[in-house]
Amino acid sequence: MTPQTENLYAAREPIFPKRVYGTFRNLKWAIMAVTLGIYYLVPWLRWDRGPNLPDQAVLIDLAHRRFYFFWIEIWPHEFYFVAGLLIMAGLGLFLFTSALGRVWCGYTCPQTVWTDLFILVERWIEGDRNARIRLHRAKWTPRKATLRIFKWTVWALIGVVTGGAWVFYFADAPTLANQFLTLTAPAVAWITVAILTTTTVVLGGFMREQVCIYMCPWPRIQGAMMDDSTLTVAYRDWRGEPRGKARDATAGDCIDCNACVAVCPMGIDIRDGQQMECITCALCIDACDDIMGKLGRDRGLIDYLALSDAPAEQAGEKPRPIWAHILRPRTILYSVIWASFGLAMMYALFIRPEIELTVAPIRNPTYVTMSDGAIRNAYEIRLRNKHGEPRQFGIHVSGDLALRLTLEGTPYASVVVPPDATHKLRAYAVTPADAEISKAAETPIRFWIEDQGNGERASVDTIFNGTGEQ
Amino acid sequence: MDEPRVDELTGRPTMGHEFDGIEELNTPMPRWWLWTFYLTIIWGIGYTIAFPAWPTISGATAGLLGYSTRGEVSADIAAHEAANAALVTELNAVDLAALDAQSDLHRYAVARGASVFRAQCSQCHGSGAAGAIGYPNLLDNDWLWGGSLEEIAYSVRHGIRNETDFDARYSEMPAFGDILAREEIETLIEFLPTLADADWDSAGGVLFTDNCAACHGDQGLGDRSLGAPNLADAIWLYGSDDESLTETIANARFGVMPAWGQRLTEEDVRAVSAYVHALGGGE
Repeated sequence: MTPQTENLYAAREPIFPKRVYGTFRNLKWAIMAVTLGIYYLVPWLRWDRGPNLPDQAVLIDLAHRRFYFFWIEIWPHEFYFVAGLLIMAGLGLFLFTSALGRVWCGYTCPQTVWTDLFILVERWIEGDRNARIRLHRAKWTPRKATLRIFKWTVWALIGVVTGGAWVFYFADAPTLANQFLTLTAPAVAWITVAILTTTTVVLGGFMREQVCIYMCPWPRIQGAMMDDSTLTVAYRDWRGEPRGKARDATAGDCIDCNACVAVCPMGIDIRDGQQMECITCALCIDACDDIMGKLGRDRGLIDYLALSDAPAEQAGEKPRPIWAHILRPRTILYSVIWASFGLAMMYALFIRPEIELTVAPIRNPTYVTMSDGAIRNAYEIRLRNKHGEPRQFGIHVSGDLALRLTLEGTPYASVVVPPDATHKLRAYAVTPADAEISKAAETPIRFWIEDQGNGERASVDTIFNGTGEQ
Repeated sequence: MDEPRVDELTGRPTMGHEFDGIEELNTPMPRWWLWTFYLTIIWGIGYTIAFPAWPTISGATAGLLGYSTRGEVSADIAAHEAANAALVTELNAVDLAALDAQSDLHRYAVARGASVFRAQCSQCHGSGAAGAIGYPNLLDNDWLWGGSLEEIAYSVRHGIRNETDFDARYSEMPAFGDILAREEIETLIEFLPTLADADWDSAGGVLFTDNCAACHGDQGLGDRSLGAPNLADAIWLYGSDDESLTETIANARFGVMPAWGQRLTEEDVRAVSAYVHALGGGE
C-alpha cells in the first residue's frame, strides 16, 4: 500500500483476549468482585436514623437536598465536603499514578472492570480466543446467531442491573425495586436505567478499548504524572532480544510465542515499549510468566519495573527494591497533601456544631420607634434541626441590658423545629425609650439558643441598633 | 508540503508535514468517530428545526416543538399555583380573626403576602415597610385605622380616602389655618408635647378641647373609627417639629390609598394583610 492511498479513517480491529491464569489475573478477579459488590449491594444496606429520616445507609436525596452516608448527613451548605472528596480523589490519582503508573486504568476504572466482566461472559458463551476468532470470521449460521443473541442478552441484563443499581442510590432501594416490579416507578427512573443500560452495553460490550484510546482524557494526562522512577508494566528487551526458538542458544529469552499479545485487552504488543494504549492491566505479565515457568526460565521477562532501572539491570546490577520506587519525595509530598485534606475534612466533620443557627439583624429599617418611644430591632433567625425528631429550642438574649425579646407569632420564648428542617423566624428585641442602648448607635448583644431536650447551648453575636442620638 | 512517506522506525506512513525535522505519523481515526461527527451535524440541524433557532425579520422560527423559555416559566408558575390551590381555597374561606399564627396556612399567607407587598405596596410604604413622611410605618404598633388582621384587611381591600370604593375609609381634617389665628396655632403646638400630663385649663388645653378633641379624643389619644392619629404617642406621621406641626394644623394633611380589593385577588388581599399583621405591630 502506498502512503497516498492510506485512509484517514480505519475500522476497529476486533480484539479477542485469551484466558490467562496468574497472580495479577487473580488480583483483578478479586478487585472486580469487591468493586462490583460494593456498587450493587451498598444501596441495600440499612442504617437506622429514627422515624422521620430515611433508613438507607447511602442515599443521595436530590428532592430534599440531603446526602446520607451511614452516620454522616450532608446538607447543601456543607457541599465543601464533597468538593474536598473530589480534591482527595484527584490527589489520590496523582499519588497512585506517580508511584505505580496507570493502576487506576488497569484495575479499578469502571470501563476496565465492566469490559472485563463482558469479556468473561463472551468467553463463557463463545469460547476462548481461537473459538471466538473462528466465530467472528464464520458466515452467519443459526448457531452463530444463537450464540450472539445469547451473549447480547446476557450483556443487556448486566446493563439493566448496572443502571438499576445506579438509581437505587437516589431513592429508597426496596421501595423503588418494588415500583420497578409493579411497573409504577417514576419516568425519570426508567429513563435513567435505559440510558445506563445502553451506555453499559455499548461501552463495555462493543467499544471497549476504543473508549480508553479515543474518548478518555486520562491516557493523555498520564505522561505528566509518571516519571522514570514510576513502576509500570514493561518488557525487559535486553533479556528477551533477539527473539528466537527456545532451543536456539544464541537467542534471548523471548520465544516470540505471542502469549502476551493474545491476552491483551487493548490489542497491543507490550514488547514495542511504552504506549498510550497500555492500561497496565498486567495480564501480559501473567501470560509471559506462565510461559517462562514452563520453559524453566526466570520469570519477569515482562514485569512491573521502573524505566530508570533499565541501564543498571542491563549492566548486571540488582534492581532497586520496590519501596525505593514508591517512597520518593514526589509520592511522599502527594501523600502528605492528600492526608492533610483528609484530616482537615475529618476535623471539620467532627467539629460540626450540634446546633446550627444564624441570626441576621434586619436592617431595613435598622430600628423601629414604638408608640411609647421604645426602640425595637428585628432579627431573622434560622435554626437547623438535623435530627429525626422535632426539637424545642429556647431563645434569649444574654447580659443585663434592658432588652426584652419576643418571637413573632408566639407568646413563648421557645420554638419547635420540625425534624430534618430549617426553621426561619423573626425575633424582636425591645428596649424602653429611656434606656441607654436605645440612644446608642449600636450595642453588641449575644443570642443564646438552648436545646431544651438535652440542654446544649450555642450563641451568636450580633448588634442592637439604637437611634444614635447619644 | 513534502510527499507522504513511510516512517522507517514504525513502518507507518506520515501525513506529509515536516516542521524542522519533526514529522507527523498518520494514525487513522476510528471510523465510528467520523460517523459520530456526522451524527452531531444531523442532530444540530434537527435541533434548529425542533427548537426556536433561525432569525427572521421580526423574530425567529418557533420550532416544531413549540418550546419557549417564557412558556416554561408560565408552566412553572402554573404548576406552583396548582400545588398551592388547596391552600388558596383555605385562605379565602378562613375567618381571619381565627387564623392560627402557628399554622401552615398562616406561614403560606405571610410568604405570599411578602411578594404581593414588594410588588404593590413598597412604592409608598418602602420595601422594609418602614414608611416615610406621610406614609405610615407598618412595623410599629401605632395604627390609624386599627391593627387587627381584619381591620388591616379592610384598609387594604377598600383603601383610604379614594374615590373608587364606596366603602373606603374616610375622614378629613379641616384646615385650621382658616379657623384659628396664628397665635392660637402656636399655643396649640406648645401644648401638644405636654398631652400626657396636660393642664386642661391652660390656653392650649382649652383650644385643644374646643377644636381637636372632637376627633382626636379628650386626652388626644386619637380615634380609629375616624383615622384620627394618637397625638400623645411618640409617632408623628408628618413630623413633630414646629414647622411641620404648623403646616399640618394650618393646611391639614392626610394620605390616600387605593382600594386594593379592586386590583388584587381576594387571596392576595388576605395574604398581604397577614404579612403586614406579622411585621411586628399586629394586634
